Amino acid sequence: MSFSFERGKLAAVPSGSVIPERDLDKTPILETRHLGIDFGGLHAVQDFNLTIGRTEIAGLIGPNGAGKTTVFNLLTKVYQPTKGTILLDGNDTAGKTTEQINRMGIARTFQNIRLFNNLSVEDNVKIGLHNQEGYSMFTGILRLPNYWKQEKAAHERALELLSIFEMQDQAGVRAGSLPYGAQRRLEIVRALATNPSVLLLDEPAAGMNPSETAELMENIVKIRDLFQIAVVLIEHDMNLVMNICEGICVLNFGQVIAKGSPEEIQANPAVIEAYLGRKKEA
Amino acid sequence: MKTKKKIAWGDYITYIGVTAAFIAVTALKNGGALNRSQLGLLVPICAYITMAISLNLTVGVLGELSLGHAGFMSIGAFSGIIAAMSLSELIPSAGVRMAIAMVTGAVFAGIFGFLIGIPVLRLRGDYLAIVTLAFGEIIKELINCLIVGYDSAGLHILINFDGSKTASDLELLEGGKAIIKGAQGAVGTKTIASFTAGYILIMIALFIILNLIRSRAGRAIMAIRDNRIAAESVGIEITKYKMMAFVTSAAIAGAAGALYGLNYSSLTAAKFDFNTSILVLVFVVLGGLGNIWGSVVAATVLYILPEALRSFADYRMLMFAIVLILVMLATNSSRTKALFEKLKSAKKEEEQ
Repeated sequence: MSFSFERGKLAAVPSGSVIPERDLDKTPILETRHLGIDFGGLHAVQDFNLTIGRTEIAGLIGPNGAGKTTVFNLLTKVYQPTKGTILLDGNDTAGKTTEQINRMGIARTFQNIRLFNNLSVEDNVKIGLHNQEGYSMFTGILRLPNYWKQEKAAHERALELLSIFEMQDQAGVRAGSLPYGAQRRLEIVRALATNPSVLLLDEPAAGMNPSETAELMENIVKIRDLFQIAVVLIEHDMNLVMNICEGICVLNFGQVIAKGSPEEIQANPAVIEAYLGRKKEA
Repeated sequence: MKTKKKIAWGDYITYIGVTAAFIAVTALKNGGALNRSQLGLLVPICAYITMAISLNLTVGVLGELSLGHAGFMSIGAFSGIIAAMSLSELIPSAGVRMAIAMVTGAVFAGIFGFLIGIPVLRLRGDYLAIVTLAFGEIIKELINCLIVGYDSAGLHILINFDGSKTASDLELLEGGKAIIKGAQGAVGTKTIASFTAGYILIMIALFIILNLIRSRAGRAIMAIRDNRIAAESVGIEITKYKMMAFVTSAAIAGAAGALYGLNYSSLTAAKFDFNTSILVLVFVVLGGLGNIWGSVVAATVLYILPEALRSFADYRMLMFAIVLILVMLATNSSRTKALFEKLKSAKKEEEQ
């Protein structure tokens, strides 16, 4: 696990967050203001403010049940927020549906893997390319020239994307029969196929062994460099988070308790308390 | 890429198999090897094969259980009969009228599929199944109220909700003819359906469904089946593609209905009841969900089976049920599955 890379220097933005300095002169790709959701009387997430730079790798951490996945579900409108706003590249996403959000530029993976299990690896990626292709149902049924042209392009693009994780040889395999780690990687490829500007990864390293995790870390950075997109990840593997995340946001009981660089987070007493509990008074 | 090619081959084998069966049966027919009752089965078999592959689009490919598929067949049958009968003087060619009838059946069934789809596709799983069942019954009852006739002034349509009206209330002009007489159904229909028309319909239905599955829209539909939440997350419009599959399925069932309806000189709406929907569902389930050629084979075999079991006389349906259970057990046992896997891997090794 000796992987390391040049992390950007962080700078404060007016919203109270920090983003890498290189992204300062551009509109933040994602910005939430006072975002919150209540389930009945339960404040699952409240007053969540976060700004993500255009090419930032950000981490969202916190103990189990802190509301991390709920934040992802709010960002992708699986849940409609009861409070606050989400700005994607400066545009308000109020009233948008999950699929519209994807077309606006947010793609995600799931904590409990959600692949199209009965379809091939290649078809899974092609489904991700759905909105990049443009032929109609009738063109598809009649197999007009446009069908062949676009299917060929989709096939090539799918293999190209799969090659990021060196999975092009498994293109014909049924997605459900892939090993666990490969399923997680395929989910990332499928998300990338939708041409996002923000990639949300929900526990990408869960169930991976240390060498797979190390490879994943390299690949996350590679994806960011290659596609010039922002990556937000939820992860319990602190080694991964501290190694590749530039800005980190810590959630506990639905509230942000700390924001900053990995070094700042590690030294933050509130974070230590959330994870390890309060020191007993002697 | 390898598997891709293999799948495409599977499609061609389905087309070739259906064509070969058609040629073989036509040869037998022309050679006089088939008796009257066997000849009478040919068109209904074609109609039920088409029904099975169209229902497979909803149940196997989209993954929503529909129990009202016979309703669409019914709409297709009666609108097809109306179209064919009212055009009988205008268009003398039976083949052309048959084609027009099937297109009309498909269009009307498609329209109803769309209207029913609006409320139904908001539901999921068991609830969707129950509501489609209800719509199937509603369609049957509505057609029972329908009185239609034509004369030189055009079509006359009456809706007989209270049971007080008869065909004479149509007030047809001299030379006019009643086509559908309420609960008596369609009477005096000229039977213009032919085995060739049935074959063509099956091929068109196969072409539409197989090509749809291998296109962008088909992948979106299968994505919804496999994981709705993930499909939404990659930007697929769930409602649009669900509707697309449902309407396509209904339209093809409508064309099959027109073929079926024009095979009988009299036909009542009661023919297209819940039992018919279930029968088609049995074909689909036994043939394999999402497996199109499986539906073709299952529909053929299971439609012929009750006829083949005639020698059991009173115990015919009992035998039919036993055969169904045996087939179900055989195809689902782990041993047969292992056998199929073995065959598959042996084939793969040969290829390499």
